Amino acid sequence: MERNLTVPASKEITRTLKAGDYVYLTGTIYTARDAAHKRMYEALMEGKNLPVDLCGQLVYYMGPSPARDGRPIGSAGPTTASRMDKYTPKLLDLGLGGMIGKGKRNKEVLDAIVKNQSIYFAAVGGAGALLSKCIKKAEVIAYDDLGTEAIRKLEVENFPVIVVVDSKGNNLYESATKEYRKETM
Amino acid sequence: MIRTVNVQEITKNVKEMCIEANHFLSPDMEKAMKKAALSEESQVGKKILEQLLENLHIAGNDTIPICQDTGMAVVFLEVGQDVHLEGGNLEDAVNEGIRQGYVEGYLRKSVVSDPLIRENTKDNTPGIIHYKIVQGDKVVIKVAPKGFGSENMSRVFMLKPADGIEGVKKAVLDAVADAGPNACPPMVVGVGIGGTFEKCAVMAKEALTREVGEHSDIPYVKQMEEELLEKINGLGIGPGGLGGRTTAIAVNIDTYPTHIAGLPVAVNICCHVNRHVVRAI
Repeated sequence: MERNLTVPASKEITRTLKAGDYVYLTGTIYTARDAAHKRMYEALMEGKNLPVDLCGQLVYYMGPSPARDGRPIGSAGPTTASRMDKYTPKLLDLGLGGMIGKGKRNKEVLDAIVKNQSIYFAAVGGAGALLSKCIKKAEVIAYDDLGTEAIRKLEVENFPVIVVVDSKGNNLYESATKEYRKETM
Repeated sequence: MIRTVNVQEITKNVKEMCIEANHFLSPDMEKAMKKAALSEESQVGKKILEQLLENLHIAGNDTIPICQDTGMAVVFLEVGQDVHLEGGNLEDAVNEGIRQGYVEGYLRKSVVSDPLIRENTKDNTPGIIHYKIVQGDKVVIKVAPKGFGSENMSRVFMLKPADGIEGVKKAVLDAVADAGPNACPPMVVGVGIGGTFEKCAVMAKEALTREVGEHSDIPYVKQMEEELLEKINGLGIGPGGLGGRTTAIAVNIDTYPTHIAGLPVAVNICCHVNRHVVRAI
């Protein structure tokens, strides 16, 4: 099914999305990858606040290439989500709305998605030029010193993603692969 | 006859090659992806392959890197033994080319100076340089920027001689199945069999730069490449890992003599952005 979704979206709405749905996101999302996650996690462990309120927001695991003059951003596709697994359950428990990345998640993350009625989307890995066209504005809002790994606020328009893990825990990577697996293997 | 080459020439070429590789996929890869988009049975898989082709089109036309992970620059240098290099240190010249390419070409700087302290070097240096001294008076440069989504899913297996060909096939299939959606399929699978621990890994890496559709000269190796490609495409992983028949575009295997006690196997997985540019100077 194809859906258009304005983001951030409430959990009442993201709960209606199912694994396998194509979704076009329009609105605001935040980027964070390895180094930003580590720093946010350490801040939380020390009882400090995060530099940005991620409650109800979508985090996009992405570190862009530099923008050429006159463009909001460079190439901007997803990075492998599993490297953020260590930090994700904590962020979900604190109210993070969902994630956009690529690749498998561990059991702790999958459980935390169901527990918090969250969602995990995949964007097409290796389609950074195409995806950059859906990003209209990008602004570094924290951890500027991390360069490509800084936290950015993005304004997106019809940004294409696919639901991989829905709030019930249905997992597209597992179901879709099974469908095309040859039994002689 | 000794031929003199100024290392500035190498810097200039490496710079241009880093930029070229990150904006234009080699024609063999693009052709293979087009063919896959036509034959893919999964509708989702087909759609993803079409998006990847559109992505290549945008990258080339609008000068946006194909992928935001513009890689760690891997450089294979074949230096003819009749070449005299002047004008500076060769390694510095290659790294200067990488620096200029990544800074001036708006490519992402993805290298940290220490694996544990992790401070970004801000110019994507140093690269990984493999040198070979060969016959002749040419310098052949191969630049293959390598993304880490797929690099992280690569493996080295120190098999036993008794594991034989079936053990090798199983190792490759296990590595690919484990990589799944993480490695941005459709992948290219580079395999090095034999040598030592490090030799098989370098062979697997260089095998990725072989033209797609070209096979090993050794008949049984060629057969294994074809069989493994078919088996990998039967895993069901598909484009983007979202199900389908196109999990790999090619399996390229290189072999080397090894020790009586060993059977090293390296599987270097590359995403569909299998970048490589070759020039001879």
